[in-house]
Amino acid sequence: MLQTSASPHVPPVVPGTQAILSISDLHSAYGQSEVLHGIDLYVAPGEIVAVMGRNGMGKSTLMKTLMGIVPTKSGTITVDGTDVTALKSHARVAKGLAYVPQGRMIFSTMTVQENIETGLTVTGSRKVPQDLYTMFPVLLEMKGRRGGNLSGGQQQQLAIARALASNPKVLLLDEPTEGIQPSIIREMGRTLKKIRDERGLSIVVSEQVLSFAMDVADRVLVIENGSIVHESLRADIDEAQVARFLSV
Amino acid sequence: MFGDYSLADLSSIFVMQGFAGLILFSVYVLMALGLAIIFGQMGVINMAHGEFMILGAYVTYLCSTFFQTYLPSLFGAYFFVAMALAFLASGAMGMLVEWALIRHLYKRPLDTLLATWGLSLILQQAYRTIFGPREVGVELPSWMMGSIPVTDSIEVQINGLFVIAVTTVITLGVAVLMYRSRFGAQIRAVMGNRPMAGAVGIDTEKVDRTTFGLGCGIAGIAGSAFTMIGSTGPTSGQLYIVDTFLIVVFGGAASLLGTIASAFSISQTQSTLEFFLSGSMAKVLTLLAVVGILMLRPQGLFTLKVRR
Ligand SMILES: Nc1ncnc2c1ncn2[C@@H]1O[C@H](COP(=O)(O)OP(=O)(O)OP(=O)(O)O)[C@@H](O)[C@H]1O
Ligand SMILES: [Mg+2]
Repeated sequence: MLQTSASPHVPPVVPGTQAILSISDLHSAYGQSEVLHGIDLYVAPGEIVAVMGRNGMGKSTLMKTLMGIVPTKSGTITVDGTDVTALKSHARVAKGLAYVPQGRMIFSTMTVQENIETGLTVTGSRKVPQDLYTMFPVLLEMKGRRGGNLSGGQQQQLAIARALASNPKVLLLDEPTEGIQPSIIREMGRTLKKIRDERGLSIVVSEQVLSFAMDVADRVLVIENGSIVHESLRADIDEAQVARFLSV
Repeated sequence: MFGDYSLADLSSIFVMQGFAGLILFSVYVLMALGLAIIFGQMGVINMAHGEFMILGAYVTYLCSTFFQTYLPSLFGAYFFVAMALAFLASGAMGMLVEWALIRHLYKRPLDTLLATWGLSLILQQAYRTIFGPREVGVELPSWMMGSIPVTDSIEVQINGLFVIAVTTVITLGVAVLMYRSRFGAQIRAVMGNRPMAGAVGIDTEKVDRTTFGLGCGIAGIAGSAFTMIGSTGPTSGQLYIVDTFLIVVFGGAASLLGTIASAFSISQTQSTLEFFLSGSMAKVLTLLAVVGILMLRPQGLFTLKVRR
């Protein structure tokens, strides 16, 4: 069913460039029950990849496995040439991965500024870079407020800012549009592309909203029951077909 | 029970018992701070916390003997050295225990309860073997002895003032560490959401170990202070651990301020009642009051007002 890349071991977008994130034959499990059954994924520098799939198909599990929150059973994860498969979460962050989880998971009792500062840990710097506040002015306004008292959309911006504070090479976003109104979703699409353009990082975003994926992504994959069952560049995507994967 | 005293007597009694209560309060606060930090951070209820305190007390005792024998000229300053060493000794043992035992038992609260309880028995026996079963007391330097008269009928002990000052400094230090430093922010992040803290780049294992060491180290300082109000024996820590749990629960486990307020109210009630009733009756009344209040406010005295 894979449509583009003939061999999964060649980055499909720009052949010849080194993948910034490469995942090969990734299996992971909660205890005994295996959820990911051999994922192969290559992300080029500066590329935005959307991973789509219905509820319970393994999107969050993929993200958590990449971050080292769910243990890897077998397979390898490489970030910019470094094998991170055996590393703990914090060490993966130091190697260039950053994570915006489903449901935001900001530290609710800490202030907005403190939340962003937690992301600075691996950089060793102490001051929140000004450009984060430029990108999310609302966070500057509320920097003394407790994170738990922000609205859902503001928390989403905070979670993105916190992730960007660690200066990542690859940003992982798990369903950023969940529970967010359509106008803000469009705004977020613009923000993500701006982040990519300004910082040159790659983004892997999991999604259920096809229009959002079509808006931001260079490439769209569909995950079903822990395997990737469809892959296409945005340019030649068959929307109807992807939509069929997403309908129940 | 107040009938036999004149009003002036009563107020003096209240002031002086209140002051005695402040020393108890200091020991409680230091103990409870450590316990609350460890519980809040790792969900570990450290049943051996009293033994970490007693380690600090023994270190203070050793220090006092050492200075008496070898450095009598510096005896006046030994207490400061003793407190620093007590902190280091209990802190180091705490980190060792975390590394050897506790970290294997995270997410298993009952097992940590049993394991730390076992540890407390082991430590008690070790103290008995090393220091003997008899209680030991420390010699205070002369400047710490005696008391300052405030009015005709009220006087306050100097060592009490000293303990209170030390407690204040340490409590402020902990507050600054927790709420103003980057390490404190890391502790709070791990407390808030452990997997997420790892995923933003915080080395949660290192934070755990340091926090456990810090909590135990503060218990060591509490042990130093404790030598001024009681004598140190292998099982002395047991007497304090229950009260300390009570304070932590009563204060609301997540709040530093709650811990302090609860230590204050419990030690004051206890100490004032003790003058008029027997010690155990005072304890019963204090416990009843606490249980009553907790039934009305199960979350403890203080909670953070925030959506979670
Ligand atoms: N902690 C867990 N323990 C056991 N099984 C789990 C756990 N979390 C998820 N699963 C299972 O793993 C599978 C994939 O779940 P996952 O959360 O990755 O789905 P998802 O694609 O992110 O769904 P959604 O769109 O609802 O967020 C599901 O079958 C789910 O039941
Ligand atoms: Mg999910």
